[in-house]
Amino acid sequence: MTALLTLDGLTKAYPGVIANDSVSFEIGEGEIHALLGENGAGKSTLVKMIYGLVRPDAGHMTFRGKPFHPGEPRAARAAGVAMVFQHFSLFEAMSVAENISLGMENPPSRRQLAARIREVSNAYKLPLDPDRIIGDLSVGERQRVEIIRCLLQNPKLLIMDEPTSVLTPQEVDVLFETLNKLSSEGTAILYISHKLEEIRTLCHHATILRHGKVVDNCDPTQQTARRLAEMMVGSALHIPAKKNLHPGEVLLEVDHLSARSRTPFGTSLKDISLKVRSGEVMGIGGVAGNGQDELLSALSGEILVKREMIRVLNVDTGDLRPNERRELGLLTAPEERLGHAAAPNMSLTENAMLTAHQRQKLTTGGFLRWNAARGFARAIVKQFDVRTPGIANAARSLSGGNLQKFVIGREILQNPRVLVVNQPTWGVDAAAASAIRQALMNLAEAGAAVVVISQDLDELLEMSDRLAILNEGRLSVPAEAADLTIEAIGLMMGGMEAADVPA
Amino acid sequence: MDFSALSPVALIASLMVASTPILLAAIGELVVEKSGVLNLGVEGMMITGAIFGFAISVETGSPWLGLVAAMVGGAGMALIFGILTQVFLSNQVATGLALTLFGLGFSALVGQSYTGIKPPPFPRLDIPALTEIPYIGKILLNHDYMVYISLGLVLAVWYFLRFTRKGLILRSIGENHTAAHALGYKVIRVRLLAIMFGGACAGLGGAYLSLIRVPQWTEGMTAGAGWIALALVVFASWKPGRLIIGAYLFGGVTILQLNLQAVGVNIPVAYLSMAPYVITILVLVIISSDRKKISLNAPASLGRVFHASN
Amino acid sequence: MFRLEARPQASKTWIVLTPILAVVATMFAGGLLFAALGKDPVASIQLIFWDPLFGEFAAMDRVDILKKAGPLILIALGLSIGFRAGIWNIGAEGQYIMGAICGAAVGLAFYPMEATFIFPLMVIAGALGGWAWAMIPAFLKNRFGTNEILVSLMLVYVAEHFLSQMSLGLLKNPEGRGFPGSRNLQQYASASNPELFPGTGMHWGVIAALVAVIAAYILMNRHLTGFQVRVTGESPRAAAFAGIIPRRIVVFCLGTSGALAGLAGLFEVSGPAGQISIDFNQGYGFTAIIVAFLGRLNPFGILLAGLLMGLTYIGGNLAEQAAGLPAAAIQAFQGMLLFFLLAFDLLSNYRIRRVRRRVVPQVTEPTASQETA
Repeated sequence: MTALLTLDGLTKAYPGVIANDSVSFEIGEGEIHALLGENGAGKSTLVKMIYGLVRPDAGHMTFRGKPFHPGEPRAARAAGVAMVFQHFSLFEAMSVAENISLGMENPPSRRQLAARIREVSNAYKLPLDPDRIIGDLSVGERQRVEIIRCLLQNPKLLIMDEPTSVLTPQEVDVLFETLNKLSSEGTAILYISHKLEEIRTLCHHATILRHGKVVDNCDPTQQTARRLAEMMVGSALHIPAKKNLHPGEVLLEVDHLSARSRTPFGTSLKDISLKVRSGEVMGIGGVAGNGQDELLSALSGEILVKREMIRVLNVDTGDLRPNERRELGLLTAPEERLGHAAAPNMSLTENAMLTAHQRQKLTTGGFLRWNAARGFARAIVKQFDVRTPGIANAARSLSGGNLQKFVIGREILQNPRVLVVNQPTWGVDAAAASAIRQALMNLAEAGAAVVVISQDLDELLEMSDRLAILNEGRLSVPAEAADLTIEAIGLMMGGMEAADVPA
Repeated sequence: MDFSALSPVALIASLMVASTPILLAAIGELVVEKSGVLNLGVEGMMITGAIFGFAISVETGSPWLGLVAAMVGGAGMALIFGILTQVFLSNQVATGLALTLFGLGFSALVGQSYTGIKPPPFPRLDIPALTEIPYIGKILLNHDYMVYISLGLVLAVWYFLRFTRKGLILRSIGENHTAAHALGYKVIRVRLLAIMFGGACAGLGGAYLSLIRVPQWTEGMTAGAGWIALALVVFASWKPGRLIIGAYLFGGVTILQLNLQAVGVNIPVAYLSMAPYVITILVLVIISSDRKKISLNAPASLGRVFHASN
Repeated sequence: MFRLEARPQASKTWIVLTPILAVVATMFAGGLLFAALGKDPVASIQLIFWDPLFGEFAAMDRVDILKKAGPLILIALGLSIGFRAGIWNIGAEGQYIMGAICGAAVGLAFYPMEATFIFPLMVIAGALGGWAWAMIPAFLKNRFGTNEILVSLMLVYVAEHFLSQMSLGLLKNPEGRGFPGSRNLQQYASASNPELFPGTGMHWGVIAALVAVIAAYILMNRHLTGFQVRVTGESPRAAAFAGIIPRRIVVFCLGTSGALAGLAGLFEVSGPAGQISIDFNQGYGFTAIIVAFLGRLNPFGILLAGLLMGLTYIGGNLAEQAAGLPAAAIQAFQGMLLFFLLAFDLLSNYRIRRVRRRVVPQVTEPTASQETA
C-alpha cells in the first residue's frame, strides 16, 4: 500500500500540557486507520492539525507525496481531507442543503446541489431530504448530513471523530457498510475511537496514543479487545464489583410523566412511568437527544409537571421546585458540568454552596456561612480525590474528570435518598470514571435509589440492576439488566420493547 | 380643533420621510445582528453621523459629500466597537452602551460651532409628468432621493442574505460561530465588516435627520431614534421586509402625533410626544410574547463572545 | 506575533489594576483630544484632575465633588446588582426623574405645613416612584419576555416628557409668575434636604450612598439573595438547577436599582437642585453606568469610581471656565474612559503571550493571522 498521509514528529504544546509529543505514523490509500486512545490522549489535537484547525509547533506532514501544512481547514479540504466532527458543526436553524453548501468550496446552484445530495445520499444508503431544517433531524440524521457534506467533495482522506457515540447499534452497522464501501473505492479513513470492538471489526491498522505519544501500533483484527485496552490504558483497570442486594421500598415513582421540551428543537417527554427502589441502580439508556435532558430537568424540578406525576418517598413532588425536592432527598446531577451543574467562573466553595446550602445547613437566617461551605467543599475534594490546587479555584479551571467527581461528590455527600445522574462519566478518563461508578454503586448499596442516564451501554450493563431505554421521549418497560444482550438493547433503542426482542 | 387640516396625502408622504432615518439605522443593525453581534451603540453612531454629515455638508456645500462623511463617521465609531468586542473580547452590551455615551458627548463637542446654521438643500425626485399624478405622485414620487435609496438598501440586504453565498456565510456565523470557524470561515473578519456596514447605515440615518428631515444640528437630536431602530429589528423578527412595515408604523405614529399637536388637540404636547416611545414598548410586548417565534428567528450566537481556543 | 490565552480564572491583580490603567490611558487620549481642540493638554488635565482636589478653591470644589458623587454612587450601586445578574437596567435616568417627581409631589402636597414626618414620607415616595417605574420593564420581561434594555431606555424619554409636563402643569409654582418649575424645596424647611454639617457637602443623599455601599457589600457577599443574583449572572442554567427563580431575581434587581435611582432623584430635588424643572435631570442615570463598570461592579470600587466621576464633572466645569474647554468634552471624556476600561479588561481574563515564528514551513498559501480567530 502506498502512503497517502505521512506524519513525522508532530508536536503541539499547550500551557502546562504537551498535547502531542513527536507523533509519527502513516496512512495508506484506502486504509481504515484507527486512532485509539483515552480521553485526553491527544487524538483530537492531532486530527485538528491534519485538518488545519491547529498549527503544529514542530514536525512535518506529507500528503499524496507533497509537503502538507494546511493553515486553515479550507486548505485541507482543497487538498482532499474531509472531517466529520464529534460535536457536529451544523447550523440548527438552516436547511440540509444550506449546511452542505457551507461546507463546500465551490457549491453548485441550489437545484443542482439538491439533486446531488439526493443522489449521493441514496448511493451510500444514507437518505436525506435537502430541504429539511437541521433542528428537526435526529442525531443520527445529523451525522448523515456531515458525512454527505464530506463525500460531496470526493475526499482522499476522511477523518471521523468518535462517530458511533451517537448511534444505535443498528445505525452503526449501516455506517460501517458505508465506510467499507468508501475504503474499497480508495478513500482512506482515519477513525478515532475508544471503543475496542468497533475498531476490531472495522479497521485495518491501529495507532495507539497515550499522553500525547504514540505508544504502539498493531493490526487490530489480530488482537483481543483486552490486549487493545491494555495498550490504550497502560495498566489493568479496576472494574467495580456489583453486589446483588434485595431492593427495598419504592423511593422514586414516576407515573405517566409527560412534559413539553422548552427548547425549540428539544424532545418532549411522553407518558413515562418507572419505579426505583431503595438499594437499586436503574439504568436509562438511549441515543443522545431522545429526551435525556428533559427527563433530568423534570426530575430535578427545572421543568414543573403535574403534582402526581412524580412521587418521592410517597410524597407527590411533580410541582415542587428544585429546593423543595432537595429537602425531600431527591438530588440530581445533570450532564453539562460547566454552566449547568456548576457555574464556570465561581469557586469550588461557591459551587458547593450552590446546591448544598439547605441539606448541609450552610446558611443561617439568609446569611451565608462561608466557613461551613469551605469545610464541605474540602470534604468533597478529599473524599472524591478531586485534583485541584485549592477550593478557591474556579470550576472551569478543573479538568472534566475532576469537575465531574466534584459534582457527583457534592450530591452524594448530601446523603440523597434518590439520586439521578445524567452521563456521569462522559469525557472522563478511565480511572475517574471507574471511581464515579463505584461511588454511585456504593450509594445504592447504602440504601439510596440511584438512576443513571447514560449512552454508554457497557457502563449501564456494568452498573444497573434494571435497564430501560429512552426513545423519542418514551421510556421502554424496564427489564432486568442481567437478561439483556447488547443486540436486544439495540433493538429497544430503535423503539421495540424488551418483551418483543427475539431472544 | 380643526381636523380638516389633516390631509391624508400629506400625512402618508411625510410619514415616509419620518421613518427613513430609523429604517436606515435598522437595516444596518439587522445585518450586524444576523452576523451574531448585538451593537447597542446605534444611537451613538447615528448622532455621530448626524454631525459629521452636517459639518461636511456645510463646509463643502455638497450634501452628497456630507452623506459620505456620515457613513465614514458611523463606520469609524462602529470600528471602535468592533475592535473592542471582537479583538479585545469585551462585553457587547457594555461596549454598545459606551459607544452611545461617547457618541453623544463627542458629537456635541464637534457640533458646537454648527448650531443654528442651515445646511445646503437636498435634491428631491421631481419628474414633472409623474409627480403631478394625483395622490400617488405626491405620496410616492415626490421625495428626496434618500427615501428611495433606503428602500433600495432594504431590498439589497434582503437579496444579499437570502440568495448570495456571502449572505449565507454571514448568517451561518450568526447562527453558530464555532461551527463556522471549524469550516474555516473568518468569523471575526466577517463580523467586523458587518459591524462597519451597520455603523455606516446608522451614520446615514443620522445625517438624514440633520440634513433633510429637520434640517439643522442640535445636541442629542436623535432623541432615541437609534434605540427605536434596535427595537425595530426585534419587531421585524430579523426579516428585512418587515422592517419597512415597522419603520412606517413608527413613522406614522410620529407624524400623527406631530399633526395632532399642530391642530391643537386637547391633549398636552408632552403626552403626545411620548407616543412613539410608548408605542415602541407596546409593539415589543406584542412581538416578544410569542417566545417560541423569537427563539426560532433570533440568530443563535447573538451577543456571545467568540474566542477560538487555538 | 501575540496570542490570547484564556486564564483558568480571572486575575485578581488585573481586576484592580485595569481601572487605574484605564484612567491613565484616558488622561493621555483626553490630552490628545484637548490638544486637537487647541488647548494645552497638560494644563487641561491638571485642571480636571488636580485643581479640584488641591487647587486654590479646592475646599469648595471638594464639597461639590461629594454632592455630584452621592447620586452617582447611589444609582450605580443599584445598577451593579442588576448587571451582576445579567439584567441590564439602562433606564436609571427615568427612574431618577420619577423618584424626584413623586418625592417632590408628596412634599409639595403638604405645603406650607411644617412637620417632621414630611421629609421621611418624601423619601419613601421617592424610592417607590423609582421602584414603580422600574417595575414596568420587570413586569414586561417576566410576563412577555420583553427586552428590559429597550423598555427601560424608552421609559427614560417618557419620563422626560412627563417631567416637562409636571413642571409646566401640576407641580408648577403658583407664585412663579408663569415660569415653569415647582416651588423651591430649599425654602420649605420640612421638605428640604440641606447640608447636615455646613460646608461639608454632606446631605442625606451622601449619607444614604455611604450606607448603601456597606449594605450592598453585605448583600452581595454575605447573603443568599446576593449569591443568587451572582449565580444568575454567571450561569442562568446553573441558577435554575440550584432552584433560583429567575423572575424573582428580575423583580429584585430592577426593583432595587429603581428604588435607589428614585432615592437619588429625591435627594437631588430636595437638596442641590431644589426644584422640579424641565431640565432637572443631568444624565446621572447614564453616567452611573460608567461608574458601575469603572467600580468593577464592586460596592467599594463604585464608591471610588463615583468620587472620580464627580471629580471629572467639577474639573470639567473648572476647565470650561478657566480654559474655555467645551462642556461636551467632559462627556466624551467619560465615554472614552469606559472604552479604555472595557479594552483593558481583556487582561483580567486573558493572558497575552508572545509566540515565536513557526519552525514549520508554510507550503499552502499564507493566511492572515488567526490569533483570535
